[in-house]
Amino acid sequence: MEQFKYDNKIVKYFSIATIVFGVVGMWVGLTIASQLFAPSLNITQYHTFGRLRPLHTNAVIFAFVGNAIFAGVYYSLQRLLKARMFSDTLSYIHFWGWQLIIVAAVITLPLGLTTSKEYAELEWPIDIAITLIWVVFGWNMIGTIIKRRVRHMYVAIWFYLATFITVAVLHIFNSFELPLTAFKSYSVYAGVQDALVQWWYGHNAVAFFLTTPFLGLMYYFMPKAANRPVYSYKLSIIHFWSLIFIYIWAGPHHLLYTSLPDWAQSVGIAFSIMLILPSWGGMLNGLLTLRGAWDRVREDPILKFMVVAVTAYGMSTFEGPMLSLKTFNAWAHFTDWIPAHVHIGALGWNGFLTFGMLYWMMPRMWQTNLYSKKLANFHFWIGTLGILFWALPMYWAGWTQSLMWSQFTEDGTLRYLNFLDTVTKIIPMYMMRAFGGLLYFIGMLTLVYNIVMTAKQGTFLAEEEAEAPALEKIKAIKGETWHGKLERLPVRFTILALVAILIGGLVEIIPTILVKSNIPTIASVKPYTPLELHGRDLYIKEGCVQCHSQMVRPFRHETERYGEYSKAGEFVYDHPFLWGSKRTGPDLAREGSPKLRKPNSWHYLHLMDPRQTSDKSIMPPYPWLMEQQIDTSLTPKMIRIMTTLGVPYDKAPYPENYDQVANDDLMKQANEIVENLAKEDIDAYPRDEIIALIAYLQRLGRDIYAEEETAINK
Amino acid sequence: MGFSRYFEGIENIEIWPIISLIIFTVFFIVLLYGVFKMDKKYIKKMENMPFDKNNGSDTSLDNKIL
Repeated sequence: MEQFKYDNKIVKYFSIATIVFGVVGMWVGLTIASQLFAPSLNITQYHTFGRLRPLHTNAVIFAFVGNAIFAGVYYSLQRLLKARMFSDTLSYIHFWGWQLIIVAAVITLPLGLTTSKEYAELEWPIDIAITLIWVVFGWNMIGTIIKRRVRHMYVAIWFYLATFITVAVLHIFNSFELPLTAFKSYSVYAGVQDALVQWWYGHNAVAFFLTTPFLGLMYYFMPKAANRPVYSYKLSIIHFWSLIFIYIWAGPHHLLYTSLPDWAQSVGIAFSIMLILPSWGGMLNGLLTLRGAWDRVREDPILKFMVVAVTAYGMSTFEGPMLSLKTFNAWAHFTDWIPAHVHIGALGWNGFLTFGMLYWMMPRMWQTNLYSKKLANFHFWIGTLGILFWALPMYWAGWTQSLMWSQFTEDGTLRYLNFLDTVTKIIPMYMMRAFGGLLYFIGMLTLVYNIVMTAKQGTFLAEEEAEAPALEKIKAIKGETWHGKLERLPVRFTILALVAILIGGLVEIIPTILVKSNIPTIASVKPYTPLELHGRDLYIKEGCVQCHSQMVRPFRHETERYGEYSKAGEFVYDHPFLWGSKRTGPDLAREGSPKLRKPNSWHYLHLMDPRQTSDKSIMPPYPWLMEQQIDTSLTPKMIRIMTTLGVPYDKAPYPENYDQVANDDLMKQANEIVENLAKEDIDAYPRDEIIALIAYLQRLGRDIYAEEETAINK
Repeated sequence: MGFSRYFEGIENIEIWPIISLIIFTVFFIVLLYGVFKMDKKYIKKMENMPFDKNNGSDTSLDNKIL
C-alpha cells in the first residue's frame, strides 16, 4: 500500500474563482441586458454594450465555467486515479496563470482591444498566454494519468482528455494573426476563410469547452450525488466516440445562407442533425442514472440542479440541430432566438451543473454539511424561474423580429421599412429578459452566502489522506476487448481521440486554406483606403459587430431592405471578417451603396447621439469619436501587414513603397470628408476618429455598384 | 458562382466528406461490436469506479450525505 494525499487546496482555489467570476460575469450580463432598453447606461467609452458584451461572454465562459471545469477536474481526477496531481507547482502555475489571463481580459476588452472574433476576442499576447497555461493544464493532467494507481481510465477522464487536445487545436488554428502593435493584430485569414475558421472554432468552443468537460463532470458528480453508478457504461463509450467525431464538423451551421460555399453549409447541416443522437445518448445516460432515485430528487437540491442541467442540455442539443435546418435557420438567424438558445445551455446546463457540483463538493472539503438546504432550494427555484424569464421573452422577441423583418404589404413593399420599428417592438421583451437575469443573479448571490456560511461552520481539509497499491506493469489481460485495452493506455487513447477530431477539422479546414483568395474576385472590389482601414479598426474597437451584421442573405426581404445579397468576393480583403451573428441593429453590409448611402453629416450626428437622427434608437452614443484622433504613424505598418496577408497594395495602381505615401492618401480623403461636413456647419479635424469611421461606413458594400455609380456621376 | 471555382486547388473535393463518413461508419460499427462483446464484470467494475473504496480511501468525505 502506498500512502499519499489528495490536494484539496487547489480545488478550493478554483472553486472560489468560479464563484467570484460567476458573480462578475453575471453582473456584466445583467448590465448589458439593461443597456438594451436603457441606452443611458452606456456610460463612457469603456462601458458601452459593444465593449462589455465580449467581457460578459469571456467572463462567463472562460472565467466562470473555465474555473468550474478545473475545480471539478482536479477534484475528480485525483480520486478516479488514486493519485495526487502530478505537480503542485504546475497546479498553481495553472491557477494563477488562468486568473491573470482573466484579469488581462477584464482590462483589455473595455479598452476596446479586441480581435472581434466571437469567444476569441482576446489579443495576441493573451492568446499566447492561454496556449502556455493550457499546456500546463494538460501536462499536469496527463502527468497524473501516467503516475496513476488505477489501471483503467473512467469515462469522465476520456472527456477531460478530449477537451484538452481539441481546445488546444482550435485555439491555435483560430488565433493565427499578425501583430500591428502590442495589443492589436489582424487575422491571417480573410473573409470567407476567416468566417469558416472562426465558426469551426466558435462552434467547437461550445462543444469542447462548454460540453465535453461538463459531460465528464456529469459522469463523475451525478453518480456521486445520486449514490448509484451511471445508467449504462456501454452507452457512455458509444456516446463519447460518436460525440467527439461528429461535433467537430457542425461549425458551418453558423453560416447558413451566407457567402460560405454551399458544400460546406451542407456538410455542417448533415453533421448537426446527426449530432442529436450522441447528445441525447449522453443526456439519457445522465437522467437514467437517477432511475430508482427520483424520490430523492424531491428532497435533494443538488439532484434538482443536476436534473434541470441535464434536461437543459437535452433541450439545447435538440434545438441546435433544428436551428441547423435551413428553413428554421433562415428566420431564426440574426434574431434574439439565438441568445435564448445559447442561454438554455449556459444558464441551465453549465450554470446548474456547476451549482450542483459546488453544493456537493464544497461541504465535503470543509468536512461539514451544507449551511442551509432551504437556501439551496431557494437558489434552485429562483434560478429556474430566472432561466424561464430569460429565455421565453427572447424566443418571443426572435419570432417577432423575424416576422417583422420579412413582412410585405399587399403592394409588395416592406411593411416595416424602418428597422427601428422592429427594435422598439421588442423592448418589453428585453426588459423581461433582464428581469430573468436579475432572478438568476439573486440565486448566484444566495449561493455565495450559503457557501461562505458553510465554510465558516466547517474546517477545511487541505491534504486528504489516501492509500492504494502501486500499479503493477502488465502486458495483457485475458479476454480483454480492444476498447477495454484502450482504456488503460492513455497515450494511445489520446492519439485516437485526436485523430477523431482532426478528421472533421481537416476536411473542413484544408479546402478553406487552399482556397485561392483571388478566385472569387470581383473586378470592381478594391482594397480599403488607408483611412478606411483606420475606420475599420475603430469599428472593431467599438464592437459594432456585436449588433450589426455585414451579410445580406439571398432572401427577397433582405435584398429589398439592404440591396444585392453579399458575395464571397466582396470580403477578400477583410482581415478579420465582420459578418457578425446578431442584428440588434440593421445590417451594414451595403451601408455605403447607392441605395442606403447617407450624408456624412448624418453619420456624424448619428454617432454623436443616435437619438438625434433616429428617435427611440437603443444604440449607445459615441461622442469620444469626435475628440480622439487616429494614430497615423501606424499607417505604414498597417499597409505592410495587409500586403503580407495578400492585399495587393504592392501592385498597380498603387505606387512602389505605398506604405510610405499611404498617409498622403489618408489626409486627402479625410480632408474631403471634413470639407463636406463643414458645408453642414460641422467642425471636425481630419485625424478625428469619427472621420475614419465615416469613411469606412461610406465604403461598405459599395464596390459592386462601381459601374452604376460611374454611370450616375456621368 | 459554382462550388468548383472555390476549390480549384483540390480535385474531387466531394470525395473527402464521403470518405470520412465511411471511416466513421466503419469505426462506429466496430465500436458497437466491441462494446456489446465487453465483459460484464469489467463493465461493473468500471461503472463503480467513482465509488471505489477498496482501492484507496476517498471515503472519509464522500460518504457524507447532505
